[in-house]
Amino acid sequence: MKKALIAMSGGVDSSVAAFLMQQDGFDCIGCTMKLYDNEDAGVSRTRTCCSLDDVEDARSVAFRLHMPYYVFNFTADFRRLVMEKFAQCYARGVTPNPCIDCNRYMKFDLLYRRAAVLGCGVLVTGHYARIEKQADKYILKKASDASKDQSYVLYAMTQAQLAHTRFPLGSLHKTDVRRIALENGFINADKPDSQDICFVPDGDYAAAVERICGRRFPDGDFVSADGSVIGRHKGIIHYTVGQRKGLGIASSEPYYVCGVRACDNTVRLGRIGELYRTEADAADFNWIGGSVPHAPFTCTVKLRYRQPEQPVTVVPTGENTVHFVFGEPQRAVTPGQAAVLYDGDIVLGGGTLM
Amino acid sequence: MIYADNAATTKTSRAAIDAMLPCFDTVYGNPSGLYAFAQQAKEALEDARARIARCLGCDAREVTFTSGGSESDNQAILSAAKAGAAKGKKHIISTAFEHHAVLHTLKKLEADGFEVTLLDVHENGIVTPQQVADAIRGDTALVTVMFANNEIGTVQPIRAIGAVCREKGVPFHTDAVQAVGHIPVNVREDNIDYLSLSAHKFHGPRGIGVLVARKGMRLYSLIEGGAQERGKRAGTENLPAILGMAAALEEAVQNMETNAAKVGAMRERLIEGLAEIPHCVLNGDRNERLPGNVNFCFEGIEGESLLLLLDDKGVAASSGSACTSGSLDPSHVLLAIGRPHEIAHGSLRLTLCEENTPAEVERIIDAVREVVAYLRGMSPVWRDLVNGKTPFVIP
Repeated sequence: MKKALIAMSGGVDSSVAAFLMQQDGFDCIGCTMKLYDNEDAGVSRTRTCCSLDDVEDARSVAFRLHMPYYVFNFTADFRRLVMEKFAQCYARGVTPNPCIDCNRYMKFDLLYRRAAVLGCGVLVTGHYARIEKQADKYILKKASDASKDQSYVLYAMTQAQLAHTRFPLGSLHKTDVRRIALENGFINADKPDSQDICFVPDGDYAAAVERICGRRFPDGDFVSADGSVIGRHKGIIHYTVGQRKGLGIASSEPYYVCGVRACDNTVRLGRIGELYRTEADAADFNWIGGSVPHAPFTCTVKLRYRQPEQPVTVVPTGENTVHFVFGEPQRAVTPGQAAVLYDGDIVLGGGTLM
Repeated sequence: MIYADNAATTKTSRAAIDAMLPCFDTVYGNPSGLYAFAQQAKEALEDARARIARCLGCDAREVTFTSGGSESDNQAILSAAKAGAAKGKKHIISTAFEHHAVLHTLKKLEADGFEVTLLDVHENGIVTPQQVADAIRGDTALVTVMFANNEIGTVQPIRAIGAVCREKGVPFHTDAVQAVGHIPVNVREDNIDYLSLSAHKFHGPRGIGVLVARKGMRLYSLIEGGAQERGKRAGTENLPAILGMAAALEEAVQNMETNAAKVGAMRERLIEGLAEIPHCVLNGDRNERLPGNVNFCFEGIEGESLLLLLDDKGVAASSGSACTSGSLDPSHVLLAIGRPHEIAHGSLRLTLCEENTPAEVERIIDAVREVVAYLRGMSPVWRDLVNGKTPFVIP
């Protein structure tokens, strides 16, 4: 029988994904990746061990489905490949998206290798996105349920990864997923969706960065576009491009963060008009089809997870670098965030904004 | 299935089960009652206490029943610490590879202003009496050293360490959870002041253990309530488990020599068979170890994958210390004997008992050899080692 390894977070989505794979005739093994210790996430050691409630939820569902279930300890890798990179980005003045790194390095690389060790040719997650085969290529498409679509965080997937990954929820609506969970008596059928970055449960990114780096970040100057000092900031890791709140500057017209510079420890502020850009560059670009387009072309782009797609002209400038000319000026193009290109429902690729 | 995880827990013996069963529906009175029916239970309780004391070489009044090894460790250490602190003594000596029931209790005491010295256990996993003698100070409130290590099975020179403590007038506790029932343990002769044990490590039931506190040693209750256990441990006595423990302990002590010879021979064969795997190393002293303990590190192997595939082949084994989630952390014991992080991750603990057979040992050897070869075959880490890109840690 075909064997599949199901990455189970303890949430309702991956639980239903496990159920659907089993219905589809796969011999399934459930697993949860232990990614961090509570101390790393700033949660008291005495509360629970390694988000134990989630582990127990996943275990309960796996037992209900009569699947073997394991917890894998990936804390050392997660710290190195995701948490430290996250902190280093903030320290460099850019705003990272650690969920993308986690998918790329943890789930679709390390976990897939573990699947191979266990003899599983297929890795399954509860992501809302679709994988289809067209001729000899795999394509990544948006989910049928547009409100749940997660294709944005999956742009780094390669052809090889798409070939052995399944997203059983890609064609379902969230209401269907909850219904299936209820029908099958899953303990987590009503569990709310997770929102925050998992290792920053309190949402205090700056504190997380200081905890991971093991150092404090000095305060410095707020400067305007012409370089004049207009106030003091409390450390560059507290700011991200487009931010308006928490600047502590009284002014008739609001200031926005327009840039964060680690080299001289300054945060540049400006008026709303200064936030808009008509062009941008992306690096570390992954073309899902596997080859770089020869000529410039137009499509749509998402510069943030929940942003509606924007028209863009794309100019490939190298193997994995791309230049964008936006159809309309874009507000708060944030270095470190992902720019993901779409052709209708199809994800063409994505990279990191410079 | 071949069960090779007897250091985690053991199958409850027939003798233990037979001793327990009448307590559920025949002698089910509460030992604290004043009617004759309850007195039967009380007699059975005190009889078990006396028999356990005989097995351990102590007085029945020195035996307190607890829920197991962890509770006993907590209570012994916290009691000795409190007694010491009352005399201005706030220094405790232990070792780096104790069970977490000891280490975490010591951490808690550190936060309360105690100073803790953790002795080095060397590459062979054995602490010397001289180290203990050198570490003892005027303000030392307690020395706590485990009798035998739970992961690598090394047996400590407890009698000599006890003698050092006795001579210097420092209370001495030993976590004997892995030793009792497997190797000779005698509270008097081994100069022990406090001793912890757990029944399910010698074919007794779970959830029951003993804390021995020699006459004159202070014992403070962790659980407030009734006056059971002479006020040192509140809560209605778990009589079935206590009777099961007494039966299991008597059986283990009676058969100790025969069992140790049989299990020891299987251990030797297992060590010999696994040692032929290239780039592996036995953890813990070759000779001073529990009869049933085998613990190896294999270079280029992840412990988690090793266990999963052994499970697939029907071998129940363990590695590192399992967190409550069931996932594995690199073992603090292996780090304490100087194994580097990446090696400590690739360890395998096989613990045998007298119910295992030589044929099973051969099947374990074959299974481990196959799994190690398979995992190395698909490991990029191993490829780099073989190609000389990274040096081997284990020659």
